[in-house]
Amino acid sequence: MNLLDIEDLWVRFPTRQGVFDAVRGVSFSLGRERLGIVGESGSGKSMTGRAILRLIRKPGIVEANHINLEGRDLLKLSEREMREVRGKQISMVMQDPKFSLNPVVTVGEQLIEAYLQHNSGSKARARKMAIEMLENVSIRDSERVMRTYPHEVSGGMGQRIMIAMMLIPNPKILIADEPTSALDVSVQRQVLNIMDGLVKERGMGLIFISHDLNLVSEFCDRVLIMYAGRIVEVCEADKLHQAQHPYTQGLLNSLPRLDEKCNHLSVLTRDPSWSEAPSVRG
Amino acid sequence: MIALDIKGLNVWFGYAHDRVDAVKGACLEVKQGESFGLVGESGSGKSTILRAITGLAPHWSGSVRIEGEALSGAKRDRRFFRTVQMVFQDPYASLHPRHTVDQVLSETLHLHGLDNIDKRVTELLADVGLGQRFRFRYPHQLSGGQRQRVAIARALAGEPDILLLDEPTSALDVSVQAEVLNLLTDLRARRGLTYLMVSHDLPVIAHMCDQLAVMRNGEIVEVMSSDTLRTGTPRHEYSQELLRASVALQ
Repeated sequence: MNLLDIEDLWVRFPTRQGVFDAVRGVSFSLGRERLGIVGESGSGKSMTGRAILRLIRKPGIVEANHINLEGRDLLKLSEREMREVRGKQISMVMQDPKFSLNPVVTVGEQLIEAYLQHNSGSKARARKMAIEMLENVSIRDSERVMRTYPHEVSGGMGQRIMIAMMLIPNPKILIADEPTSALDVSVQRQVLNIMDGLVKERGMGLIFISHDLNLVSEFCDRVLIMYAGRIVEVCEADKLHQAQHPYTQGLLNSLPRLDEKCNHLSVLTRDPSWSEAPSVRG
Repeated sequence: MIALDIKGLNVWFGYAHDRVDAVKGACLEVKQGESFGLVGESGSGKSTILRAITGLAPHWSGSVRIEGEALSGAKRDRRFFRTVQMVFQDPYASLHPRHTVDQVLSETLHLHGLDNIDKRVTELLADVGLGQRFRFRYPHQLSGGQRQRVAIARALAGEPDILLLDEPTSALDVSVQAEVLNLLTDLRARRGLTYLMVSHDLPVIAHMCDQLAVMRNGEIVEVMSSDTLRTGTPRHEYSQELLRASVALQ
């Protein structure tokens, strides 16, 4: 059975100029696999990720036929039940660790809190688990890192701490929203390899949201390409370069390449029909 | 002619035990009309070199010559700003939120002591591929790419010879990045500009620059041509490491 089934998801924001549809009727399912969602800013990829966890704030509206997590419709749960789902069943890693860690609490205390939030047990045991998780994300001097404050660690280290924290309750699904965009190229791969390894090892489902096509094609099994709130194409990650949709091709062609020299990069010409075509099922 | 000549540049922040040496003994030479790239991880000092040239990093030593003239201290005169201009990374932060495009450009032209401001604003907008309908808009009414075009127009207002580009496209989508990079290529060809461009993205630097320097921990570890980068034959171990990290992602 699929871990997650989403049918006809809409995210709407009422504005003074009328209702703005950020996500327009998206349907897809997620198994124990790594699913990438790519698109430009404003394509609705992050909103899709947030809508799954019901993190869209009012006045935003989330509508769907269903968002089933192993057969249970998340939209029908109360806010209290939803809090049980967040973290424990589905976790989320956000873009910048600077904004997602509490700046005035040590890393260790935050990790211990994350554990105690979902598990009963002594503080000593929580501490042991926290240290173990830090070692799982390749942090060597975990005892020292436990005592540091978020501003004392680098971006790459911060993001690894976030991943550790999200994995402590052992969720079934991890949603990673641009987890490495704030990091250097050399650190990016390291963080992604760690995340990839943990996801595989635990048989989790991963939703990897990114604007970076190459990164997604390397770290995912399947890719959804979003444009103007809809899925325009679904393809196998390793066949991304044979993508059929002109939007996907346009995005790929607009990247400068090291192996080809050219004077001008090709520019994407947008066709209004792309946003009119019905959403592809993913 | 050498447009930009930097020898033994040191830049530091703070005093005594708080002192951080951001750039250590950097040397580079950019010929007129050439495009030179600086790559490295964040914190390697690449942006600091640009900031030292424009006087935004006041503590520096060594020699910086712009078209043969030596700079000193942090003060820069009006003539300097007619020669050298900078484009910043974040188009969301570098434009005044309550000034229209017209105000931004007219004020800059006025400060450069130019006349015919109305005509010049029209020309500048046309140069960066923005129509007249953008002239009276505020930054929040523009997309990221359009804002960066305004920032480029502002830099071009004083008709400079040298543009310092600090990650000009890293905040933009790839499709918009292509448009802005093409614009920069065209402007360089049309106006004979010299570029010193900072980026952490090797393919972008290889596309835009003839020469590049790889920086680490404030030092330039290697200067090479972009063809060396393309053929994958840099000499220094660290350059190869950087190259491997970005080739694997292609």
